[in-house]
Amino acid sequence: MSPDMVEKVTVSDVAEMNFEETELTLGLPGESRSQYSGAGTKRGFSETVELKLGSSVDESCKDGESSEISDEAAKTPTSKAQVVGWPPVRSFRKNISVEKKCKYVKVAVDGAPYLRKVDLEMYNSYQQLLSSLEEMFTICKLMDPVNGSEFVPTYEDKDGDWMLVGDVPWKMFVESCNRLRLKKSSEAIGTLAPMTPTKCSSTSR
Amino acid sequence: MNYFPEEVLEHVFDFLTSHRDRNAVSVVCKSWYTIERFSRERVFIGNCYAISPERLIERFPRIRSLTLKGMPHFADFNLVPHDWGGLVYPWIEAMAKSGVNLEELRLKRMVVSDEGLELLSRSFANFKSLVLVSCEGFTTDGLAAIASNCRFLRELDLQENEVEDHRGQWLSCFPDSCTSLISLNFACLKGEVNLAALERLVARCRNLRSLRLNHAVPLDSLQKILAQAPQLVDLGTGAFVGDQNSESYHKLQSSIQKCTSIRSLSGFLEVAPCCLDSIYAICLNLTSLNLSYAPGIHGSDLIKLIRHCRKLQRLWVLDCIGDKGLEVVASTCKELQELRVFPSDPLGVGHAAVTEEGLVAISFGCPKLHSLLYFCQQMTNAALITVAKNCPNFIRFRLCTLNPVIPDPVTSQPLDEGFGAIVQSCKGLRRLSLSGLLTDQVFLYIGMYAEQLEMLSVAFAGGTDKGMIYVLNGCKKLKKLEIRDSPYGNGGLLKDVGKYETMRSLWMSSCEVTLGGCKALAKKMPRLNVEIIDESGQIGVNPDDDRQKVEKMYLYRTLVGPRSDAPEFVWTL
Repeated sequence: MSPDMVEKVTVSDVAEMNFEETELTLGLPGESRSQYSGAGTKRGFSETVELKLGSSVDESCKDGESSEISDEAAKTPTSKAQVVGWPPVRSFRKNISVEKKCKYVKVAVDGAPYLRKVDLEMYNSYQQLLSSLEEMFTICKLMDPVNGSEFVPTYEDKDGDWMLVGDVPWKMFVESCNRLRLKKSSEAIGTLAPMTPTKCSSTSR
Repeated sequence: MNYFPEEVLEHVFDFLTSHRDRNAVSVVCKSWYTIERFSRERVFIGNCYAISPERLIERFPRIRSLTLKGMPHFADFNLVPHDWGGLVYPWIEAMAKSGVNLEELRLKRMVVSDEGLELLSRSFANFKSLVLVSCEGFTTDGLAAIASNCRFLRELDLQENEVEDHRGQWLSCFPDSCTSLISLNFACLKGEVNLAALERLVARCRNLRSLRLNHAVPLDSLQKILAQAPQLVDLGTGAFVGDQNSESYHKLQSSIQKCTSIRSLSGFLEVAPCCLDSIYAICLNLTSLNLSYAPGIHGSDLIKLIRHCRKLQRLWVLDCIGDKGLEVVASTCKELQELRVFPSDPLGVGHAAVTEEGLVAISFGCPKLHSLLYFCQQMTNAALITVAKNCPNFIRFRLCTLNPVIPDPVTSQPLDEGFGAIVQSCKGLRRLSLSGLLTDQVFLYIGMYAEQLEMLSVAFAGGTDKGMIYVLNGCKKLKKLEIRDSPYGNGGLLKDVGKYETMRSLWMSSCEVTLGGCKALAKKMPRLNVEIIDESGQIGVNPDDDRQKVEKMYLYRTLVGPRSDAPEFVWTL
């Protein structure tokens, strides 16, 4: 299939046209008008954006006609505009997906050389979170009321205070937790409410 | 032909199940028309405004199953205002009055009211099957009426409807005597259901094959349900959250393992990946897997799951599967026929995680692929050409680049050549959606090669009226054409007005057609309804200014003239 030449646009039935607007350049949504192909009488993607949302065109990009892609990548997502009905996904699907948030928080363990991150939204209860942390750091059962634990799970809340994990309802905890720290039990005594400071048993799971 | 008595012909026609065949048979001669219409039990109406309920019943008095579609497809993407129309009530009312023995009603994109559901449930003693897809306007009270009154209900299938949840006890309204359910899908409902009632219902419906739960059904209920219904073939798990270490989770695992008939799986609306271990046992036999509502399954967990599913024929996933994940699909799912990759970021402000590479990998690994819906960051002509060569069997090919006017990132060219390769290679292509930078050229190819094309969706295309004309001229089997934000004007619209009577409908929004053009078309073609949607009221202000552009136009062939239920912002010219 031999590629035909792209036809030169003839503007027959539309009034005046700004020729610059027909220049074809690469760019991302939300760019100024000049960056999109205005071939023929088409409004162009960015013009639609303006029409539909009021001017959401980023002022700063009007200066350079051919911004590098890397500049665009550096822009924050909020500078990208959205068009009604694009991408074409049913509203039902949009509602479902948007509900899913993720909340990654750092987890530090006393004595471990580096920190990890967990997504609190992945879990639905303290039990799940603690099990996951036990696996992640290969430590004994956290918050074991029978045998006691080597580590005490604590977290820093929005006020900057270090709290014992488990007091508030799960969802409230997820909302207020900034970071987690598994403190060695021996150190935790005196800084937090009394826990049973015994060695952890060797049979964990 | 006329030598056979009616009963013989009727018997012969019984073997014709497809609508097209029956339609063809009905136009052979008068006696065949008559025999066919009295024996017809299933009717499909692709546009509820093409015909009236009264005429339907007059022609097909023995109708038992009716399928109706209402709003235009772009209503899915918020391009059609609320209250546009598509009400089903007049149909239910007319059939109830005429004593039709309705057994099955399947609706898509229609407005359904509680009154309508109530009337439906009381009017048809043998009613068996209600399927609602992308409908709205009703509440769980309407469902309660269906549950209460339809004594022989076999199927209640609610797919992606907007249902107002009154948090009542609709599920409890199934009487104890109801044992006939074969299929129950309430995954789209937002509210709680009576779990005890659900468990009892499942226990007494021994023929239940398909069950899709909503997010409010917890894991231990799921376990009890599966223990009662190991014969299930299709399961929607609901939320699927639970504590991996709890006893109910272990019970669940063993209950799931006993469900050896499950071939289709969906749900996982809020899953934590640690709970997935339980389902690996049934993955081997799965032919259909829908993870498109499961943003909680991604990365290595998703890949691990897919690796278990060697027999998949249908897969719906989110794009967080990534190109690498699609490579795993390609190497694992050799029987794959249908793939849908949805954006996990539907607002489109981020980056899609799949590119042309994932699709190319799929095309190499899955030669049986015939249906595709693919949301991606970018696409290249080379990739599309490769896909076309590897998969000549496409029937449905829908591609959506997150940036709708993105060119081929490697060559900076439009995607004309790539899509051209698809239509040339896939001789059976019936449905096509385009995106990316496009010119008249791609439509030239489509007009030339897409001989079986029935539905074409165009958005943000470039070019001139010629593009539209190529399509209207060339695609002899075209039924639905929908165009948005493209440069087609009166030239394209008016070139071949007779064409529209061979099609179901044409949608054009944010194009260049003017009021004058639409008026001219309406005048020439009295058997079309040419509707203008005038949301802003501008047209109402200056109805004689023919030069003004029409923001949204929807035209369709009809036998019954302008509809009487058009809201004030819809003008039928």
